[in-house]
Amino acid sequence: MNTDTDKLSRRGFLQSAASAAGAATLPGAIAAAASPAAPGPAVRSADAEAAPAVSITLRVNHQPHELLVEPRLTLLDALREHLSLTGTKKGCDRGQCGACTVMVNGRRVNSCLTLAIMHSEDEILTVEGLAAADGSLHPVQAAFLKHDAFQCGYCTPGQLCSAVALIEEQRQSAAGSQLSDDEIRERMSGNICRCGAYPNIVTAVREALQGA
Amino acid sequence: MHSFSYARPRGVEAALQLAQQPGARFIAGGTNLLDLMKGGVEEPSRLIDISRIGDLAHIGESASGGLRIGALATNADTAAHPAVRERYPLLAQAILAGASPQLRNMASAGGNLLQRTRCPFFYDTGFPECNKRDPGSGCAARGGFNRNHAILGASEACIAVNPSDMSVALAALDAIVQIRSLRGSRAVPVSEFHRLPGQTPQHDTVLAAGEMIVAVDLPPNALARHSHYLKIRDRASYAFALVSVAAALDLDDAEGRAVKDVRLVIGSVAHKPWRVAEARALLVGKRVDAQSLAAVADAAASGAKPYKDNAFKVRLMKRAIVRALTEAAAEPADRRVA
Repeated sequence: MNTDTDKLSRRGFLQSAASAAGAATLPGAIAAAASPAAPGPAVRSADAEAAPAVSITLRVNHQPHELLVEPRLTLLDALREHLSLTGTKKGCDRGQCGACTVMVNGRRVNSCLTLAIMHSEDEILTVEGLAAADGSLHPVQAAFLKHDAFQCGYCTPGQLCSAVALIEEQRQSAAGSQLSDDEIRERMSGNICRCGAYPNIVTAVREALQGA
Repeated sequence: MHSFSYARPRGVEAALQLAQQPGARFIAGGTNLLDLMKGGVEEPSRLIDISRIGDLAHIGESASGGLRIGALATNADTAAHPAVRERYPLLAQAILAGASPQLRNMASAGGNLLQRTRCPFFYDTGFPECNKRDPGSGCAARGGFNRNHAILGASEACIAVNPSDMSVALAALDAIVQIRSLRGSRAVPVSEFHRLPGQTPQHDTVLAAGEMIVAVDLPPNALARHSHYLKIRDRASYAFALVSVAAALDLDDAEGRAVKDVRLVIGSVAHKPWRVAEARALLVGKRVDAQSLAAVADAAASGAKPYKDNAFKVRLMKRAIVRALTEAAAEPADRRVA
């Protein structure tokens, strides 16, 4: 736990506060395997019955990561709590909001509804992997910025991953890059925006699609 | 989520062996099972990951001249498959009407057939009464808010509905579920695969412990040519149906478009895709017009028993039947699927 208040990040503070409140119960996290950024010691009442941890390799944004995971650890929690890739967001955690959308082997999925252990050796792409190595934004990211396609930003990483996958799906289909706004809405319907930034999201996706 | 152990067998035989252990469950896409495990509704002690058994993801021609969809074929791959879109557009329409692109990339054909009800009283363990979750405990839905519950085929024990879109279309296309176990193989028509609740609503289907769905067969038939899937829901996409209708017609194009054969299956009105068997007697030999369609709609609703909050579904179903059959009759064989 970070106790250096001068350097305390917002995320570190929230983690500390959560730990202090006794709320840091993270199913699947194993103290021995937790990365330094994991939210304090894994405190769990069910420790005695926990299944043995298994060693897996997760390939995330082209980098392999060795992890020791309990079978019940979701891909979402592995990314956020073990690998500190907190760009992928936990919204509903039940497959209803799309904030956790990532790509597995090029296909968009809800990372909250799949187990990390099921994805050993899969190629996982998160929002952190969209920009180029030199930091230049992915065209979809640039279009979201240009058209102000967000408000609070919480759903944005999922919207971005979903839109990138949509464009790739469209590129591979016979229909090419022509999609009506209604078709864009339908194809983005797995990503909910609580702020209601939908008109600008559709505009950004349309522009990125046309440029693809 | 409850703790469990995990195994990833290489093939069907090995998976079936592992399934002998008490508390074991197969996992494929996981979109429904993990959701239920997070809510404490399902608590398997061992998950058998069949998602990498490659043979089961194949979609291809079947020996009978139809199409075989492997149990692990994703909903997205099934809906996008050229043979499905050309020969069974009803199935592609129904799949694309369900869930989201992300979920369709994960969900499998076999898993969709085993999808459990979305009855909120089943899902929320805060309600102690649910005969499906805890047999003998009662049914909180009967006295609770039951706007989207059954109007047909329910029982004292359970008024939940099956939420699948895919299964409704499969039932209308006379699809067959291919099942394997250590004892051998068997085939069950989709229309007999799901069951009515009776006094044992804990059993959604006739699949027995230790059995695995390995494929779904679509037989060659003329019913797929004029077909339509109509889904009515509270919002335009990414919502479960209030009522859905799979309508498939074989029309005699030479004889004033008289009906040669028909399948009519209604979704989200019963514990299983609800087949309107009377449609054949009422439509075969007749033209699809206002009079014949009204008779079919009346017949479908004749046994309906709505509950406190869902009487609207009876009229909604009747109108949806008329519209879906009208659309099916007008549908060209090669209609583009969205």
